[in-house]
Amino acid sequence: MSTTQRFITILMMIIATQLTRWLPFLIFPEQKAQPNWLNFLSERLPYASLGLLVMYALKDVQLTQAPYGTSELISLGFITVIHTKFHNTLLSIGLGSLLYLFLFNFVF
Amino acid sequence: MHLSTLKKAFPHTLPVLTGYLFLGFSYGVLMNKTGFSLFWTSLMSLTVFAGAMQFAAIALLSTVFNPLSTFLVSLLINIRHLFYGMSVLDKYSNSGKKRSFLIFGLTDETFSINAAVTLDESVDKKLFYFYVTLLNYLYWNIASVLGHQLSFLIPDTIKGFEFVLTALFFVLFLNQWEIKAHRLYLIIGFVCTLIAYLLVGRAQFLLLAMVLILVAMGIETKWRASR
Repeated sequence: MSTTQRFITILMMIIATQLTRWLPFLIFPEQKAQPNWLNFLSERLPYASLGLLVMYALKDVQLTQAPYGTSELISLGFITVIHTKFHNTLLSIGLGSLLYLFLFNFVF
Repeated sequence: MHLSTLKKAFPHTLPVLTGYLFLGFSYGVLMNKTGFSLFWTSLMSLTVFAGAMQFAAIALLSTVFNPLSTFLVSLLINIRHLFYGMSVLDKYSNSGKKRSFLIFGLTDETFSINAAVTLDESVDKKLFYFYVTLLNYLYWNIASVLGHQLSFLIPDTIKGFEFVLTALFFVLFLNQWEIKAHRLYLIIGFVCTLIAYLLVGRAQFLLLAMVLILVAMGIETKWRASR
């Protein structure tokens, strides 16, 4: 790939990425009153998107080969317990990640 | 106002700082080891600014030149951003000059913080969203440069640092789980994505997942209306 071709390839990525970020804002500009179904969606989509993100983050877990995502399962379970007990976001993420790194690299 | 809002935003971004340090670093290392100069590594972090996309870019830039296919692949990888925009239309409205940057930098991580955070009245909300976006942008760019320059330091033995981001999403999920009215939508989002993943595999499941989520929410409304 030549330098010009590289620039064009990156430009395509920029346009596509920005399109997915801008499109909702372009379709529903600030001044216009939003239709009902959009209000309905924007009240619910943030939570559905979080559900989607959790699954998306787990997409590379190998479920069909050993160790079958054991490290992920144990760590997420541990985070649930810690978080229910202390309600401290950073503590839960920190301890959960440390446990994961330990399990993933040294146990399984 | 600026400093106090920045101070308020910073702790919220700490998990992203950790996650991006490792992810951005790995991206820089990979770019370097694939033979790209610091210029290309930084150019993409500054302008594309999308984690998964930039990893895919390494492959896209190493094959035959095909702008249309690059465009379509990029759309597909980033299609989930549509949901983020629709979720924060209200939150990001009337943010003036900051609006363009907020939309430019709407990554998974920035979205997950800004969409889920509840701020009291004393905080300038738009400024808070702006600083979260800006800090995350800086972390990503600094980490890619560091990764590129320090790639020789990396032992290939310890892996899995990107789990910090999984943990971040999961904890934000748990925070919302405590609000009973939100539970159904968290479940819909997770289960629909899981079904799509099982049906079409890990390469292309996001588009189907989003369609399933919209269908499920449509059914839920109909069902609610009919009761």
